[in-house]
Amino acid sequence: MVTNLASRLMSRWISEETAVKARAFSYFRAATIDQALDAHARAGDDARFIAGGQSLVPALSLRLQAPRLLIDITHIDELRGVRREGSHLRIGALTRHCEMLSEPLIAEFAPLLHAAAPFVAHPAIRNRGTFGGSVALADPASEFPAMTLALDAEIEIAAPSGRRRIKADDFFIDLFETALQPGELITAIHVPLFKADQRFAFDELARRRGDYALVGCGMVATFTGERIDDIRISFFSVGNTPTRVKGAEATLIGSSLDPERIAAAQGALEGDLAPLDSDEVPPAMRLHLARVLLGRLLGRLGEGA
Amino acid sequence: MSAPLTSLDRPNSYIGRSVPRPNAKRLLAGRGRYVSDLKLPRMLYAAFLRSPHAHAKIVAINSERVRAVEGVHLVATGADLAKICTPWTGTLDHFKGMTSAPQWPLPLDRVVWAGQAVVAVVAESRAIAEDALELIEVDYADLPAVVDIDSARQAGAALVNPDSANNTCFRSQLDSGAVDEAFAHAAHVVEEEFCFGRHTAVTLEPRAIVADYDPSAGMLTVHHGTQTPYQFQDLYSRHYNIPEARVRVITTDIGGSFGMKLHVYHEDMAVVGLSILLGRPVKYVADRMESFVSDIHARDHRVRARMALDAKGGILAMDVEDLTAIGAFSTYPRTSVVEGNQVIRLIGAPYRFKNYRATLEVIFQNKVQTSQYRAVGHPIACAVTERLVDMAAAKLGLDPFAIRAQNVIADDAYPQTSPTGYRFEALSHQACLKRLHEMMDYPTLRAEQADLRKRGIHRGIGIATFVEITNPSPAFYGVGGARISSQDGAILSLTPSGEVRCMISVTEQGQGTEAIISQIVADQLGIAQEHVKVVTGDTEVTPHGGATWACRGAGIGGETALQATRALKRNILEIAALILQEQPAALDIVDGEVVDAATRKPRLPIAEIARIAYFRSDTLPPGTQAQLTVSHHFAPQGYPFAFTNGIQGCALEVDVETGLIKLLKHFIVEDCGRVINPMLVDEQLRGGIVQGLGAALFEECRYSETGQLVNGSLADYLVPMSVEMPDIVIAHVETPTADTVLGAKGVGEAGTAAASACVLNAVNDALAPFGATINSIPITPAKVLKALKRF
Amino acid sequence: MSGFDQTLLDEADETVRVRLIVNGRKVTCEVAPRDTLVDCLRDKLELTGTHAGCEMGACGACLVQIDGRAVHSCLVFAVQADGATIDTIEGLSESGVIADLQAEFHRRNALQCGFCTPGMLVNAQELLSRVTQPNREEIRDALSGNYCRCTGYETIVDAIDAVAKARSKGGGAA
Repeated sequence: MVTNLASRLMSRWISEETAVKARAFSYFRAATIDQALDAHARAGDDARFIAGGQSLVPALSLRLQAPRLLIDITHIDELRGVRREGSHLRIGALTRHCEMLSEPLIAEFAPLLHAAAPFVAHPAIRNRGTFGGSVALADPASEFPAMTLALDAEIEIAAPSGRRRIKADDFFIDLFETALQPGELITAIHVPLFKADQRFAFDELARRRGDYALVGCGMVATFTGERIDDIRISFFSVGNTPTRVKGAEATLIGSSLDPERIAAAQGALEGDLAPLDSDEVPPAMRLHLARVLLGRLLGRLGEGA
Repeated sequence: MSAPLTSLDRPNSYIGRSVPRPNAKRLLAGRGRYVSDLKLPRMLYAAFLRSPHAHAKIVAINSERVRAVEGVHLVATGADLAKICTPWTGTLDHFKGMTSAPQWPLPLDRVVWAGQAVVAVVAESRAIAEDALELIEVDYADLPAVVDIDSARQAGAALVNPDSANNTCFRSQLDSGAVDEAFAHAAHVVEEEFCFGRHTAVTLEPRAIVADYDPSAGMLTVHHGTQTPYQFQDLYSRHYNIPEARVRVITTDIGGSFGMKLHVYHEDMAVVGLSILLGRPVKYVADRMESFVSDIHARDHRVRARMALDAKGGILAMDVEDLTAIGAFSTYPRTSVVEGNQVIRLIGAPYRFKNYRATLEVIFQNKVQTSQYRAVGHPIACAVTERLVDMAAAKLGLDPFAIRAQNVIADDAYPQTSPTGYRFEALSHQACLKRLHEMMDYPTLRAEQADLRKRGIHRGIGIATFVEITNPSPAFYGVGGARISSQDGAILSLTPSGEVRCMISVTEQGQGTEAIISQIVADQLGIAQEHVKVVTGDTEVTPHGGATWACRGAGIGGETALQATRALKRNILEIAALILQEQPAALDIVDGEVVDAATRKPRLPIAEIARIAYFRSDTLPPGTQAQLTVSHHFAPQGYPFAFTNGIQGCALEVDVETGLIKLLKHFIVEDCGRVINPMLVDEQLRGGIVQGLGAALFEECRYSETGQLVNGSLADYLVPMSVEMPDIVIAHVETPTADTVLGAKGVGEAGTAAASACVLNAVNDALAPFGATINSIPITPAKVLKALKRF
Repeated sequence: MSGFDQTLLDEADETVRVRLIVNGRKVTCEVAPRDTLVDCLRDKLELTGTHAGCEMGACGACLVQIDGRAVHSCLVFAVQADGATIDTIEGLSESGVIADLQAEFHRRNALQCGFCTPGMLVNAQELLSRVTQPNREEIRDALSGNYCRCTGYETIVDAIDAVAKARSKGGGAA
């Protein structure tokens, strides 16, 4: 599925010259992370990593991007697999969207991702698209990048200078801009294990199944009884980046989910979100939809979602 | 009309029977042969550089750098192609006073919409051609773009065509008289202004063409994904000055058409020229984004309409103004004013009233052309009429069924002439209305709606009656000077093995033309359907005819096949009679056997007649010349059009907080006259309805203020997909036309005609408790929420 | 293994050889890195049953099975598929594994122009291999990325529904 970026650029670009065949590039299949990083370093800025390619291939076909070198990372074993590591689930960057639905560890320990997965594009896209690729692209309308925020996930990155981890809160910077530097690779995403005192909720409003949402939201909350001790709420399709709504979160912490609290959280969204104008969804409408969605999800959370 | 046409219990009786399409198995096995699949020896690929500007002067084109690109064979501009191709103009004589500028394959000095093809590159692959496009520089000087319809009409507006006085393409007026008086004396008047978004066909296979000019033979062969090969044979011949007999147009499988692929496109015309210039086959398949900016668009109407009623709810009069913008040219050869013309003529068609007035104004603007796409004009006419009827019902406190029952023309009142001049032979509104009421279980739906409303769930129920134009006579295009045939031809042969080959001018786009023609031939001759081979879509093989458009395949093509088959049967029985020493009238054919007409006793297989005629003519009486091939043409006579009718209903749910609409179920009762294959008719209805539902909720070509299409991709232009579409319940009423033996009328537009009107009425029904109304299509969440004042 | 060879960067236009198992047969194919799998299948291997409808993953006409999963062949470069097993509509037809689906589609006329049909069948086969008794909503959901302009979808859903029921009864054959 083409990225939102592609869609946005298309109106400007389409009339200039149409293309459906990529510009020529060279292809290198890396067997190890080091090989991949090395190839990128030597090719310079003109290289791109490709994993599932479900956003990158159309961007290349439409000539929105034209790297000289494509480095295929899908055969790097280190990037695969889902496993428990202490209090975290380590989800390999190459974990495909469909595996979010089929992998028992995800269903048990990262149920928010399991719940979000069916909303990611369409089945055939999910068969090939990868979690790491989605987070790296950081499409503000995508489900998974936003969910890493709600989950307080950490992004594990391989760079020529070594490995590092970065909090999802610090990862998303601006439209398609992340803390990932050129030549760096996401190797895994670490998600805190879902606990017995936690609840989650996810939903999105879209005109058609699989479309980019008009607005979408996921949340994880920790309860003592019916009192919320902690909550992280993340929206997508509301701005230039996936967006945590800290004002709304603050209104909820320490309280139970009564209608007044929910209304207060909805009210706080105005300060949390600054939706962009688009030709079909005016900012005020998007804010309205975000409020409706938040209200519904908090309602579900209150019912023990 | 004769009884045997519907007696399904006799052998070889296929008319009225749901038989699967013989040619569908190939498609299921991935063995379709679409033009986009075609590869010819030495074939080259074309790609086009397109204008980024909605309106600009072409100052200079520099393609110097392309010379260095290996694999590029030709770069051609408008001037290059204008040397070999004569221009065309999209006007017809019967639209008095209409204007349109001449068109060339590629523009000579000015671009008039964003996305217009400007320079062609022919190369050894599409990828190389695209590489070359990146190296071409076109220097443009911006001209003021005419985008918005209101500014286009203002005095002193920028002009799409600098040589003309204004941006008007065409104006028309209908007035049956005394409209003002009727409104002055009306007890009730309802009035609304409606907007209908631009949308487009989005066939899954884009436009595809392979032009193959052989200079040694002076012969042009064009493999063309189109509905109308004969029309294109004529056009390529005349515009490239090649004798008609040396132009062959072949249409094989086609991945959807819906009217979109029967217009002349600049790229297609250019590809023919490129092949002539190179003397090699040249292929062009529009990519999806090119399709969005170069396929014809449709609709884009703004209609202000009012309806006068008496105190009891009887419709007295209608007064309509239709304003539509059609792009920079009128499309060739069918024009871009037909939709507007049909809008103002179809409004009010189901109803009994006398006083009607309508004006139509057709405006040029700097966008891609609009023209005929499935159900031309019908959805607009239907939505305007049916919404006004619902508004009147609400005003008078009448139920939507009741006001329609009160006002439709009675089934026993035909023939009738509408206030707009259409002549209706026989329609069945009352029967359809009654059937729909039962089928929907209307009282239960209403009770359920009331119950759910109390719980904050807002369902809507909508119905819409419609009239559809089918089986067009020359009154449609021929009278305007278009070389578009309204007749069809068939060549029918009994083969040496006793099978039948039918070469017929109607074409197949998946609706089942070949299936129903084989049903008719098998039925009328008395042989098994699998022994009939139908051949379509090759101007060198099949006789000249109208082919497929405006719902004419079954009604006109079917009658052609029927009459041709009867002629072949006469010839077969003549030979049989000679062999059997009988009178032809004493014989018949059943299941491939000549039988005794009275006793049905088999006498002789027709295969034996074929064997004798082809191989042992010496055994026939002297002077006998067996005519086992017949050709037959049929042109519709009698009524200028065979009108059909029906009614649709839908149930949906509006989420009043999000503006999202869920379609729950759709219903249709349809009368297309004689039903040849009920399954195929139902599938025409389903597919048509879903196209109408797409228009109702999703589809719209949206433009920026500078005339750029902003949602020209399949990720951004929302087509109806499986999850959002409802199941559809179908019933039929059959009122055959008496103008033909077969009695069939068309059914291709019926679904699309009323589906969006139904949804419009249902959404307004759901929103009624809030005092909110919607008058614009597509009905987006933004429009719903705006109407509900939610933001 | 040093891996990356810098000279590769100057050879963007050079074709490379990919090895695939297509419809059960080993094939080698010379492709440019920029050739998508759908172009490779259609142009190089002449398997034209796989269609290109949008070339951006939004229509489902180009679905094929790669290593047993339905994938858009327009969203994969052929070089990425090197070493993979690919099954197209032609192979699925010849092996008979979708014969029941094809028969049911035919019987119910769940196709008109046929351009979406191979993608629909590939997707239907994938669905039924994962879910034995999908309900209508699940079938519609599975088809959510497959565009059909002709049918209105209902008979496609009906056909898949009927085959699902027949297969789970142990029938299955066409």
